[in-house]
Amino acid sequence: MAETVTVEEKEPLFSKKNRQLLIDPLNDQNPITIQVLGICSALAITTQVKNAVVMTISVMFVMMAGNVIVSLLRNGIPDRIRIIVQLVIVAALVILVDQVLKAFVYDVSKQLSVFVGLIITNCIIMGRLEAFALANKPWPSLLDGFGNAIGYGWVLVVVAVVREIFGAGKIFGIQIIPDAVYAFGYMNNNFVILPPMALIIVGIIIWIQRSKNTALIESH
Amino acid sequence: MTELVNIFVKGIFIDNMIFAYFLGMCSYLAVSKTVKTGVGLGAAVIFVLGITVPINYLLENYVLKEGALAWLGDDFATVDLSFLSFIMFIAVIASMVQLVEMIVEKFAPALYGALGIFLPLIAVNCSILGGALFMQERQYSTIAEATSFGLGSGVGWFLAIVAIAAIREKIKYSHVPAPLRGLGITFIITGLMGIAFMSFMGIEL
Repeated sequence: MAETVTVEEKEPLFSKKNRQLLIDPLNDQNPITIQVLGICSALAITTQVKNAVVMTISVMFVMMAGNVIVSLLRNGIPDRIRIIVQLVIVAALVILVDQVLKAFVYDVSKQLSVFVGLIITNCIIMGRLEAFALANKPWPSLLDGFGNAIGYGWVLVVVAVVREIFGAGKIFGIQIIPDAVYAFGYMNNNFVILPPMALIIVGIIIWIQRSKNTALIESH
Repeated sequence: MTELVNIFVKGIFIDNMIFAYFLGMCSYLAVSKTVKTGVGLGAAVIFVLGITVPINYLLENYVLKEGALAWLGDDFATVDLSFLSFIMFIAVIASMVQLVEMIVEKFAPALYGALGIFLPLIAVNCSILGGALFMQERQYSTIAEATSFGLGSGVGWFLAIVAIAAIREKIKYSHVPAPLRGLGITFIITGLMGIAFMSFMGIEL
Protein backbone atom coordinates (compact mmCIF):
# COMPACT_ATOMS: atom_id res chain seq x y z
CA MET A 1 0.00 0.00 0.00
CA ALA A 2 2.81 2.39 0.86
CA GLU A 3 4.28 1.98 -2.60
CA THR A 4 1.22 3.37 -4.34
CA VAL A 5 1.08 6.51 -2.21
CA THR A 6 4.73 7.47 -2.35
CA VAL A 7 5.64 6.68 -5.94
CA GLU A 8 7.73 9.81 -6.41
CA GLU A 9 9.95 9.21 -3.40
CA LYS A 10 13.11 7.21 -3.73
CA GLU A 11 12.21 5.05 -0.78
CA PRO A 12 8.82 4.92 0.90
CA LEU A 13 8.65 5.71 4.59
CA PHE A 14 7.67 2.18 5.51
CA SER A 15 9.46 0.23 2.80
CA LYS A 16 9.99 -3.48 3.23
CA LYS A 17 13.47 -2.88 4.60
CA ASN A 18 12.23 -0.35 7.13
CA ARG A 19 9.41 -2.60 8.26
CA GLN A 20 11.97 -5.33 8.75
CA LEU A 21 13.85 -2.97 11.10
CA LEU A 22 10.77 -2.79 13.27
CA ILE A 23 9.82 -6.45 13.22
CA ASP A 24 13.20 -8.18 13.49
CA PRO A 25 13.97 -7.09 17.06
CA LEU A 26 10.68 -8.56 18.27
CA ASN A 27 11.74 -12.11 17.61
CA ASP A 28 14.66 -13.09 15.38
CA GLN A 29 16.92 -10.28 16.54
CA ASN A 30 15.51 -9.73 20.01
CA PRO A 31 17.93 -7.58 21.98
CA ILE A 32 17.64 -9.60 25.19
CA THR A 33 17.25 -13.20 24.13
CA ILE A 34 19.33 -13.20 20.94
CA GLN A 35 21.71 -10.25 20.93
CA VAL A 36 22.26 -10.58 24.71
CA LEU A 37 22.20 -6.83 25.29
CA GLY A 38 20.74 -4.77 28.08
CA ILE A 39 20.26 -7.52 30.59
CA CYS A 40 21.89 -5.53 33.38
CA SER A 41 19.06 -3.19 34.15
CA ALA A 42 16.36 -5.43 32.73
CA LEU A 43 16.20 -8.08 35.41
CA ALA A 44 16.48 -6.20 38.65
CA ILE A 45 13.41 -4.04 38.11
CA THR A 46 10.98 -6.69 36.89
CA THR A 47 9.37 -7.45 40.25
CA GLN A 48 6.37 -5.28 39.28
CA VAL A 49 4.74 -4.71 35.90
CA LYS A 50 4.50 -0.98 36.56
CA ASN A 51 8.26 -0.66 36.98
CA ALA A 52 8.86 -2.69 33.83
CA VAL A 53 6.56 -0.45 31.80
CA VAL A 54 8.15 2.74 33.13
CA MET A 55 11.60 1.33 32.40
CA THR A 56 10.60 0.36 28.85
CA ILE A 57 9.24 3.83 28.12
CA SER A 58 12.41 5.44 29.49
CA VAL A 59 14.64 3.18 27.43
CA MET A 60 12.48 3.77 24.36
CA PHE A 61 12.82 7.53 24.67
CA VAL A 62 16.58 7.42 25.24
CA MET A 63 17.11 4.96 22.40
CA MET A 64 15.06 6.76 19.79
CA ALA A 65 16.44 10.19 20.66
CA GLY A 66 20.00 8.88 21.00
CA ASN A 67 19.82 6.99 17.71
CA VAL A 68 18.56 10.05 15.84
CA ILE A 69 21.13 12.42 17.37
CA VAL A 70 24.06 10.10 16.76
CA SER A 71 22.81 9.39 13.26
CA LEU A 72 22.64 13.11 12.50
CA LEU A 73 26.14 13.63 13.86
CA ARG A 74 27.58 10.46 12.36
CA ASN A 75 29.75 12.24 9.81
CA GLY A 76 31.09 14.71 12.34
CA ILE A 77 32.14 12.36 15.12
CA PRO A 78 35.84 11.45 14.99
CA ASP A 79 36.24 7.71 15.15
CA ARG A 80 38.69 7.67 18.05
CA ILE A 81 36.50 9.50 20.53
CA ARG A 82 33.13 8.19 19.40
CA ILE A 83 32.50 6.15 22.56
CA ILE A 84 32.90 9.22 24.77
CA VAL A 85 30.71 11.33 22.47
CA GLN A 86 28.00 8.66 22.51
CA LEU A 87 28.21 8.33 26.28
CA VAL A 88 27.81 12.06 26.76
CA ILE A 89 24.77 12.21 24.45
CA VAL A 90 23.14 9.26 26.18
CA ALA A 91 24.00 10.59 29.65
CA ALA A 92 22.38 13.93 28.86
CA LEU A 93 19.19 12.17 27.69
CA VAL A 94 19.14 9.96 30.77
CA ILE A 95 19.42 12.99 33.05
CA LEU A 96 16.30 14.34 31.35
CA VAL A 97 14.45 11.06 31.91
CA ASP A 98 15.59 10.91 35.53
CA GLN A 99 14.38 14.43 36.29
CA VAL A 100 11.02 13.77 34.63
CA LEU A 101 10.56 10.52 36.58
CA LYS A 102 11.46 12.27 39.83
CA ALA A 103 8.95 14.99 39.10
CA PHE A 104 5.97 12.89 38.00
CA VAL A 105 6.28 9.33 39.36
CA TYR A 106 8.45 9.77 42.43
CA ASP A 107 7.66 6.39 44.02
CA VAL A 108 8.57 4.46 40.88
CA SER A 109 11.73 6.54 40.55
CA LYS A 110 12.68 5.57 44.13
CA GLN A 111 12.13 1.88 43.39
CA LEU A 112 14.17 1.98 40.19
CA SER A 113 16.95 3.68 42.22
CA VAL A 114 20.28 3.38 40.44
CA PHE A 115 18.83 1.54 37.48
CA VAL A 116 17.62 4.71 35.81
CA GLY A 117 21.20 5.96 35.77
CA LEU A 118 22.32 2.61 34.47
CA ILE A 119 20.34 3.16 31.25
CA ILE A 120 23.50 5.07 30.24
CA THR A 121 25.58 1.93 30.19
CA ASN A 122 22.69 -0.24 29.05
CA CYS A 123 24.36 -2.27 26.35
CA ILE A 124 21.33 -2.13 24.06
CA ILE A 125 21.68 1.60 23.65
CA MET A 126 25.43 1.62 23.10
CA GLY A 127 25.18 -1.50 20.98
CA ARG A 128 22.54 -0.06 18.64
CA LEU A 129 24.37 3.27 18.42
CA GLU A 130 27.56 1.49 17.44
CA ALA A 131 26.00 -1.10 15.19
CA PHE A 132 23.28 0.91 13.51
CA ALA A 133 23.02 4.65 14.08
CA LEU A 134 26.66 5.33 13.20
CA ALA A 135 26.14 3.93 9.73
CA ASN A 136 22.57 4.83 8.84
CA LYS A 137 20.28 7.76 8.16
CA PRO A 138 18.12 9.26 10.93
CA TRP A 139 14.77 7.75 9.88
CA PRO A 140 15.89 4.09 9.77
CA SER A 141 17.76 4.74 13.01
CA LEU A 142 14.59 5.99 14.66
CA LEU A 143 12.74 2.86 13.55
CA ASP A 144 15.60 0.67 14.71
CA GLY A 145 15.53 2.35 18.12
CA PHE A 146 11.78 1.89 18.39
CA GLY A 147 11.87 -1.74 17.29
CA ASN A 148 14.63 -2.66 19.69
CA ALA A 149 12.96 -0.86 22.58
CA ILE A 150 9.76 -2.83 21.93
CA GLY A 151 11.72 -6.07 21.66
CA TYR A 152 13.37 -5.24 24.99
CA GLY A 153 10.05 -4.18 26.48
CA TRP A 154 8.06 -7.32 25.77
CA VAL A 155 10.60 -9.55 27.46
CA LEU A 156 10.63 -7.20 30.45
CA VAL A 157 6.86 -7.14 30.70
CA VAL A 158 6.51 -10.91 30.35
CA VAL A 159 9.06 -11.48 33.12
CA ALA A 160 7.36 -8.85 35.27
CA VAL A 161 3.88 -10.34 34.74
CA VAL A 162 5.07 -13.80 35.77
CA ARG A 163 6.88 -12.45 38.80
CA GLU A 164 4.06 -10.21 39.95
CA ILE A 165 1.31 -12.82 39.54
CA PHE A 166 3.18 -15.57 41.37
CA GLY A 167 5.00 -13.31 43.81
CA ALA A 168 2.25 -10.94 44.85
CA GLY A 169 -0.94 -12.23 43.18
CA LYS A 170 -1.38 -8.87 41.46
CA ILE A 171 -0.91 -7.06 38.16
CA PHE A 172 -0.42 -3.29 38.19
CA GLY A 173 -1.23 -3.50 41.90
CA ILE A 174 -4.69 -4.98 41.23
CA GLN A 175 -5.35 -8.30 42.88
CA ILE A 176 -5.72 -11.11 40.34
CA ILE A 177 -5.82 -14.19 42.50
CA PRO A 178 -9.12 -14.11 44.44
CA ASP A 179 -9.28 -14.18 48.23
CA ALA A 180 -11.08 -17.52 48.13
CA VAL A 181 -7.93 -19.17 46.79
CA TYR A 182 -5.90 -17.70 49.64
CA ALA A 183 -8.53 -18.88 52.10
CA PHE A 184 -8.06 -22.34 50.66
CA GLY A 185 -4.41 -22.25 51.74
CA TYR A 186 -2.68 -20.78 48.67
CA MET A 187 0.30 -18.59 49.46
CA ASN A 188 2.28 -16.10 47.42
CA ASN A 189 5.59 -17.50 46.28
CA ASN A 190 8.08 -15.02 47.72
CA PHE A 191 10.85 -16.87 45.96
CA VAL A 192 9.75 -15.46 42.60
CA ILE A 193 10.38 -11.93 43.87
CA LEU A 194 14.03 -12.73 44.61
CA PRO A 195 16.65 -11.75 42.00
CA PRO A 196 17.75 -15.25 40.85
CA MET A 197 14.26 -16.19 39.63
CA ALA A 198 14.36 -13.40 37.02
CA LEU A 199 17.34 -15.12 35.42
CA ILE A 200 15.61 -18.47 35.42
CA ILE A 201 12.44 -16.98 33.87
CA VAL A 202 14.48 -15.38 31.08
CA GLY A 203 16.23 -18.72 30.61
CA ILE A 204 12.84 -20.35 30.14
CA ILE A 205 11.73 -17.65 27.67
CA ILE A 206 14.87 -18.36 25.66
CA TRP A 207 14.11 -22.08 25.82
CA ILE A 208 10.57 -21.62 24.51
CA GLN A 209 11.63 -19.18 21.81
CA ARG A 210 14.40 -21.40 20.51
CA SER A 211 12.34 -24.54 20.49
CA LYS A 212 9.80 -22.71 18.29
CA ASN A 213 12.49 -21.25 16.07
CA THR A 214 15.13 -23.93 15.67
CA ALA A 215 17.32 -21.77 13.44
CA LEU A 216 18.41 -19.86 16.54
CA ILE A 217 19.87 -22.85 18.37
CA GLU A 218 23.56 -22.47 19.17
CA SER A 219 25.96 -25.33 18.54
CA HIS A 220 27.52 -24.64 21.91
CA MET B 1 39.61 -1.11 60.31
CA THR B 2 36.98 -3.79 60.91
CA GLU B 3 34.49 -1.48 59.19
CA LEU B 4 36.66 -1.54 56.04
CA VAL B 5 36.95 -5.32 56.08
CA ASN B 6 33.18 -5.58 56.57
CA ILE B 7 32.46 -3.39 53.56
CA PHE B 8 34.92 -5.38 51.49
CA VAL B 9 33.43 -8.76 52.40
CA LYS B 10 29.92 -7.42 51.99
CA GLY B 11 30.80 -6.25 48.47
CA ILE B 12 32.08 -9.69 47.52
CA PHE B 13 29.38 -11.96 48.92
CA ILE B 14 26.25 -10.20 50.12
CA ASP B 15 25.90 -7.35 47.63
CA ASN B 16 27.53 -9.27 44.81
CA MET B 17 27.31 -7.21 41.63
CA ILE B 18 26.21 -10.12 39.47
CA PHE B 19 24.09 -12.28 41.73
CA ALA B 20 22.32 -9.59 43.72
CA TYR B 21 22.08 -6.71 41.23
CA PHE B 22 22.75 -8.18 37.75
CA LEU B 23 25.26 -5.46 36.95
CA GLY B 24 27.67 -6.08 34.12
CA MET B 25 25.62 -9.02 32.86
CA CYS B 26 26.24 -8.23 29.19
CA SER B 27 29.99 -8.65 29.32
CA TYR B 28 29.57 -11.41 31.90
CA LEU B 29 27.60 -13.47 29.40
CA ALA B 30 29.66 -12.52 26.36
CA VAL B 31 33.15 -13.10 27.74
CA SER B 32 32.64 -16.11 30.01
CA LYS B 33 33.19 -18.80 27.38
CA THR B 34 36.65 -19.70 28.68
CA VAL B 35 38.28 -19.24 32.09
CA LYS B 36 41.25 -17.39 30.61
CA THR B 37 39.24 -14.52 29.12
CA GLY B 38 37.07 -14.50 32.23
CA VAL B 39 40.11 -13.94 34.44
CA GLY B 40 41.33 -11.15 32.12
CA LEU B 41 38.07 -9.22 32.18
CA GLY B 42 37.57 -9.87 35.90
CA ALA B 43 41.01 -8.45 36.72
CA ALA B 44 40.32 -5.39 34.57
CA VAL B 45 37.03 -4.80 36.41
CA ILE B 46 38.71 -4.97 39.85
CA PHE B 47 41.36 -2.56 38.62
CA VAL B 48 38.96 -0.01 37.16
CA LEU B 49 36.44 -0.18 40.03
CA GLY B 50 39.30 0.27 42.51
CA ILE B 51 40.32 3.48 40.74
CA THR B 52 37.04 5.05 39.63
CA VAL B 53 34.99 4.60 42.82
CA PRO B 54 37.35 6.71 45.00
CA ILE B 55 37.68 9.36 42.27
CA ASN B 56 33.92 9.58 41.91
CA TYR B 57 33.68 9.71 45.70
CA LEU B 58 35.87 12.82 45.76
CA LEU B 59 33.84 14.31 42.93
CA GLU B 60 30.59 13.59 44.73
CA ASN B 61 31.72 15.07 48.04
CA TYR B 62 33.66 18.11 46.83
CA VAL B 63 31.73 19.12 43.70
CA LEU B 64 28.32 17.55 43.21
CA LYS B 65 26.57 17.12 46.56
CA GLU B 66 24.45 19.88 48.03
CA GLY B 67 26.82 22.13 49.94
CA ALA B 68 29.84 20.28 48.58
CA LEU B 69 31.20 23.44 47.00
CA ALA B 70 31.39 25.22 50.38
CA TRP B 71 35.20 25.14 50.13
CA LEU B 72 34.96 27.70 47.31
CA GLY B 73 33.44 30.28 49.63
CA ASP B 74 30.13 31.05 51.30
CA ASP B 75 28.40 31.96 48.04
CA PHE B 76 28.65 28.37 46.86
CA ALA B 77 27.52 26.73 50.09
CA THR B 78 23.97 26.11 48.86
CA VAL B 79 24.75 24.98 45.31
CA ASP B 80 23.38 21.53 44.49
CA LEU B 81 24.81 19.98 41.34
CA SER B 82 23.69 16.42 42.01
CA PHE B 83 21.55 16.32 38.85
CA LEU B 84 24.83 16.37 36.93
CA SER B 85 26.14 13.24 38.60
CA PHE B 86 25.38 10.79 35.76
CA ILE B 87 27.24 12.78 33.16
CA MET B 88 30.17 13.50 35.50
CA PHE B 89 30.51 9.89 36.61
CA ILE B 90 30.39 8.50 33.09
CA ALA B 91 32.90 11.12 31.89
CA VAL B 92 35.28 10.16 34.71
CA ILE B 93 34.86 6.48 33.92
CA ALA B 94 35.37 6.84 30.18
CA SER B 95 38.42 9.06 30.56
CA MET B 96 39.92 6.93 33.37
CA VAL B 97 39.54 3.82 31.25
CA GLN B 98 41.32 5.55 28.39
CA LEU B 99 44.05 6.81 30.73
CA VAL B 100 44.53 3.46 32.43
CA GLU B 101 44.75 1.83 29.02
CA MET B 102 47.54 4.19 27.95
CA ILE B 103 49.46 3.86 31.23
CA VAL B 104 49.24 0.09 31.26
CA GLU B 105 50.32 -0.06 27.61
CA LYS B 106 53.37 2.10 28.36
CA PHE B 107 54.58 0.67 31.64
CA ALA B 108 53.31 -2.89 31.80
CA PRO B 109 53.19 -4.37 28.30
CA ALA B 110 52.71 -7.89 29.67
CA LEU B 111 49.64 -6.84 31.65
CA TYR B 112 48.42 -4.90 28.61
CA GLY B 113 48.71 -8.04 26.53
CA ALA B 114 46.48 -9.82 29.02
CA LEU B 115 43.95 -7.03 29.64
CA GLY B 116 44.32 -5.09 26.40
CA ILE B 117 41.17 -5.91 24.48
CA PHE B 118 39.05 -5.91 27.63
CA LEU B 119 39.84 -2.42 28.85
CA PRO B 120 37.80 -0.48 26.26
CA LEU B 121 34.84 -2.78 26.92
CA ILE B 122 34.82 -1.72 30.52
CA ALA B 123 33.69 1.86 29.93
CA VAL B 124 30.27 0.48 29.09
CA ASN B 125 30.20 -2.22 31.74
CA CYS B 126 27.23 -1.50 33.98
CA SER B 127 29.06 -2.65 37.09
CA ILE B 128 31.50 0.30 36.93
CA LEU B 129 28.83 2.98 36.73
CA GLY B 130 26.74 0.89 39.14
CA GLY B 131 29.62 1.00 41.62
CA ALA B 132 29.69 4.80 41.41
CA LEU B 133 25.92 5.11 41.78
CA PHE B 134 25.72 2.71 44.74
CA MET B 135 28.57 4.62 46.36
CA GLN B 136 26.47 7.78 45.95
CA GLU B 137 23.29 6.14 47.26
CA ARG B 138 24.91 4.52 50.32
CA GLN B 139 26.85 7.64 51.33
CA TYR B 140 30.09 6.16 52.63
CA SER B 141 31.72 8.40 55.20
CA THR B 142 35.40 8.21 54.18
CA ILE B 143 37.33 7.67 50.99
CA ALA B 144 38.85 4.51 52.49
CA GLU B 145 35.38 3.01 52.83
CA ALA B 146 34.54 3.93 49.25
CA THR B 147 37.76 2.34 47.98
CA SER B 148 37.10 -0.77 49.99
CA PHE B 149 33.60 -0.97 48.55
CA GLY B 150 34.96 -0.55 45.00
CA LEU B 151 37.57 -3.26 45.42
CA GLY B 152 35.13 -5.62 47.14
CA SER B 153 32.57 -5.28 44.36
CA GLY B 154 35.31 -5.85 41.80
CA VAL B 155 36.46 -9.03 43.53
CA GLY B 156 32.85 -10.22 43.72
CA TRP B 157 32.44 -9.67 39.98
CA PHE B 158 35.74 -11.47 39.32
CA LEU B 159 34.60 -14.43 41.39
CA ALA B 160 31.30 -14.62 39.54
CA ILE B 161 32.76 -14.54 36.04
CA VAL B 162 35.51 -17.05 36.80
CA ALA B 163 33.00 -19.43 38.38
CA ILE B 164 30.57 -19.28 35.44
CA ALA B 165 33.42 -19.60 32.92
CA ALA B 166 34.65 -22.77 34.63
CA ILE B 167 31.11 -24.20 34.61
CA ARG B 168 30.61 -23.32 30.95
CA GLU B 169 33.86 -25.05 30.01
CA LYS B 170 32.59 -28.23 31.64
CA ILE B 171 29.04 -27.96 30.35
CA LYS B 172 30.28 -28.33 26.78
CA TYR B 173 30.60 -32.03 27.48
CA SER B 174 27.10 -32.57 28.80
CA HIS B 175 23.84 -33.18 26.97
CA VAL B 176 21.95 -29.93 27.33
CA PRO B 177 18.55 -29.83 25.54
CA ALA B 178 19.22 -28.24 22.14
CA PRO B 179 17.18 -25.01 22.54
CA LEU B 180 18.82 -24.32 25.90
CA ARG B 181 22.38 -24.66 24.65
CA GLY B 182 24.64 -21.66 25.08
CA LEU B 183 22.71 -18.69 26.36
CA GLY B 184 19.70 -20.39 27.94
CA ILE B 185 21.58 -22.76 30.18
CA THR B 186 23.96 -19.97 31.21
CA PHE B 187 21.01 -17.92 32.44
CA ILE B 188 19.61 -20.80 34.42
CA ILE B 189 22.98 -21.69 35.95
CA THR B 190 23.52 -18.06 36.92
CA GLY B 191 20.11 -18.10 38.57
CA LEU B 192 21.01 -21.22 40.54
CA MET B 193 24.33 -19.67 41.56
CA GLY B 194 22.43 -16.58 42.65
CA ILE B 195 20.24 -18.73 44.88
CA ALA B 196 23.38 -20.21 46.41
CA PHE B 197 24.83 -16.75 46.99
CA MET B 198 21.63 -15.70 48.73
CA SER B 199 22.57 -17.87 51.64
CA PHE B 200 25.15 -15.19 52.49
CA MET B 201 22.36 -12.70 53.00
CA GLY B 202 21.75 -13.89 56.55
CA ILE B 203 25.24 -12.83 57.61
CA GLU B 204 25.19 -9.64 59.65
CA LEU B 205 28.24 -7.48 59.14
